Amino acid sequence: MREVSIVGIGQTKAGEHWERSMRDLAVDAISAALKDAGLESADALYVGNMLSGELTAQQHLGALVADWAGLEGIEAVRVEGADASGALAVRQGYLGVASGLQDIVVVCGVEKTTDADAETALAAWSSALDAEYESFHGVTVSAMHGLLMRRYMHEFEVSREDFAPFALNAHKNGVNNPNAMFRSAITAEAFVKGGMLADPIGMFDAAPLCDGAAAVVLCPSDRAGRIASKPVRVRASGVATDRLALHSRRDPLFLQAAYASALKAYQQAGVGPSDIKLFELHDSFTVMAALSLEACGFAERGKGTRLAQEGAITLQGRIPISTMGGLKARGHAVGATGVYQIVELALQLRGEAGANQVSGSLGMAQNIGGSGATAVTHILEA
Amino acid sequence: MKPARDVGIVGYGAYVPRYRLPATEVSRVWMEGKAGLPVEEKSVPGLDEDTATMAIEAARNALARGGIAPRDLRAVWVGSESHPYAVKPTSTIVAEAIGATPRVSAGDWEFACKAGTEALQAAFGLVGSHMADYALAIGMDTAQGRPGDALEYTAAAGGAAYIVGPRENSLAYLEGSYSYVTDTPDFFRRPYQHYPEHGGRFTGEPAYFKHTTGSVHALLEELGLQPSDFAAAVFHQPNAKFPQRAAQLLGFDKDQIKLGLLSPKVGNVYAGSCLLGLSAVLDEAKPGDRILLASFGSGAGSDAFSFVVTDRVTERQALAPKTMAYIARRKPVDYALYARYRKKLQMH
Amino acid sequence: MNVPRFWRTERTRYGLVGEVCRVCHEPIFPPRDVCPHCTEAGQDVHQFSGKGEVYSYSIVYEAPAGYTENQPYTVALVKLAEGPLLTAQLTDVDNDQVRIGMPVEMVTRKIKEEGENGLIVYGYKFRPVLGGASA
Repeated sequence: MREVSIVGIGQTKAGEHWERSMRDLAVDAISAALKDAGLESADALYVGNMLSGELTAQQHLGALVADWAGLEGIEAVRVEGADASGALAVRQGYLGVASGLQDIVVVCGVEKTTDADAETALAAWSSALDAEYESFHGVTVSAMHGLLMRRYMHEFEVSREDFAPFALNAHKNGVNNPNAMFRSAITAEAFVKGGMLADPIGMFDAAPLCDGAAAVVLCPSDRAGRIASKPVRVRASGVATDRLALHSRRDPLFLQAAYASALKAYQQAGVGPSDIKLFELHDSFTVMAALSLEACGFAERGKGTRLAQEGAITLQGRIPISTMGGLKARGHAVGATGVYQIVELALQLRGEAGANQVSGSLGMAQNIGGSGATAVTHILEA
Repeated sequence: MKPARDVGIVGYGAYVPRYRLPATEVSRVWMEGKAGLPVEEKSVPGLDEDTATMAIEAARNALARGGIAPRDLRAVWVGSESHPYAVKPTSTIVAEAIGATPRVSAGDWEFACKAGTEALQAAFGLVGSHMADYALAIGMDTAQGRPGDALEYTAAAGGAAYIVGPRENSLAYLEGSYSYVTDTPDFFRRPYQHYPEHGGRFTGEPAYFKHTTGSVHALLEELGLQPSDFAAAVFHQPNAKFPQRAAQLLGFDKDQIKLGLLSPKVGNVYAGSCLLGLSAVLDEAKPGDRILLASFGSGAGSDAFSFVVTDRVTERQALAPKTMAYIARRKPVDYALYARYRKKLQMH
Repeated sequence: MNVPRFWRTERTRYGLVGEVCRVCHEPIFPPRDVCPHCTEAGQDVHQFSGKGEVYSYSIVYEAPAGYTENQPYTVALVKLAEGPLLTAQLTDVDNDQVRIGMPVEMVTRKIKEEGENGLIVYGYKFRPVLGGASA
């Protein structure tokens, strides 16, 4: 097994791209990543995407994106695991290079949610849940997290307001990310007053669905120095799944897959939570941020919101999260999100995060599908 | 009419939805509050209810009281004028939901407000002929009233289910029945029309009263009975006045119809009307009580039945929610919410 | 039209019909061929009682396509008396009256309609227990 490094990164703004189609966005990100790496071709392409079939009537993305990105004829395939599609694509690229079978691999996460109306997009996104026994009953991804949040509040005796620091932190960090969808800070008051999506999930608990694409170029670490001036090493890559439906989980308030994938990653890298200097976690919803911190060993069970209230999650804190806005402020371009996380982590580790720069050479990214049934954890090092 | 084999009611169950539209609300919107009110309030089904869902609950209540296994039913028959499908029987959905399929006969009945007692009449015939030991007959409706029409005050939702079986297992056995039918177009609806037409005052004497008194007179004569032989009488209840007048015309007094007169509180539940009234009577009946049931369906006709309550009634009454529990479960809505629930708002 | 998909699960959806594992005897809902408790194959049909309590709930204000007619509605995780947790809408209850721990019972209601011409899809929902019965 070879060591793998990231030698090129690229991303579009996350937001509403009325003028750019899904394939346009993919090409934008891939072109930027290849340019960043100073390369013009690759051995393989992995495309992370969840909704193209349902929302744009387009499947067969591997071939399409390779075609349009000028990577004619290479091995290419689309990877899907709901919201975790992006990181799963990174994982496939990592496996390709680590195995020795592929040398230069492009990974692109792309999503186009705004070609359809909001209700249709919401229904499509909700196919991340159990179609027969969850979304069939009119449960959306938001409502599923509403169920989680309500139970969390009940069991751990916290209030809605206790989740506000996650949203405030994310929005504050989004201000300095030129690629973020939302670039203005919010107040605790605005958080409380925001309209309800699926009680108790309010507007400011939930990351916005949007369009976007992000891409990375991977290669063997022993070659990376010749290609990039600041290669970022992939120290670990771990994937785990859990029972799909929330009601089937052994412990609905514990993200078992997040825990198991993080454990694999910690073990592969030979590190623990205290070694991690920043964590691009899956803050699709504020409750998910709390649960992710708990599952990955940064907070005890039920204490995730307390960690946030202590300020530990800010850029100056012990474990900065959502450093470029997270899903909450940068936006959740569903299947692209996992690659955005890697790109943002790489920017940090390269020292290119601008006003949001965090110090430290070891960072973690975790991408979660649906309500926790897939979790993909990567640990990167400068 | 009396079948060769002694038959009766083995189990029964009611259903009424929780929402209520006070008649004052209809009057407020359409008559500036000046209308005469034929009932106090009427029941309104929720957005997720229809004749099938209500029939399923009533059937489950009847099974709980009857104590028989669903697979012992040989027929599931639903009478309604608001079947959810014009083609595909409500009865199949009910049969599947209660676990009576596949060894069962199913089919929907229609005869305006007497579709339920039609099914009941046939169920007595099926069991009485030894073709089956148990049959389920249901009268249930989610009636629609044209906005602003007189019938909007009363068109309501609800009904009841009856398991018919051998007398040996009955909580009330059948002494005899009669059906009195003519072609009298007092109230009807053409296909693809959303609301029915009705003949105003023509629905009274030539329709409701003629057929109701016709069937009851004939039944009493055949059985050699008089009104004073009955502990209770239940008539079809399109409003509060008609059943009271029918009772008067036939020689029944206020006390006899009191328990089974529910229309002031729920409105006219159409094919479920007298069957719902009967369920309220059975909830409080004592062994030996004789009960008259007389339906009326526009078009027109009336089915009359005479039942005698057995010892088994006492142990079965409490095995499912009583009719008054459904009546007491009420959440009033205003006309706007009612219009939304009954899909009277043009959405497309 | 989605007829076969909805027809296939009618019994389960209309009547809360699940399974019991023949090997480990745990109740299973919904039915599945590989026991989620012991991974053995082999189950017997089991009729759940329909009784349970609210484990969690959320009021949906932004419904997905196909479900907007009834919004806002409450969805819940219901812990069945027999043990399994399931997801369903609550009905016959004011949205602001729902509480964790509330005793509920299963009723069969309309889940959705495939348009004015299409199939009416029925399934389980839960409502606060209705009094008036001794059982």
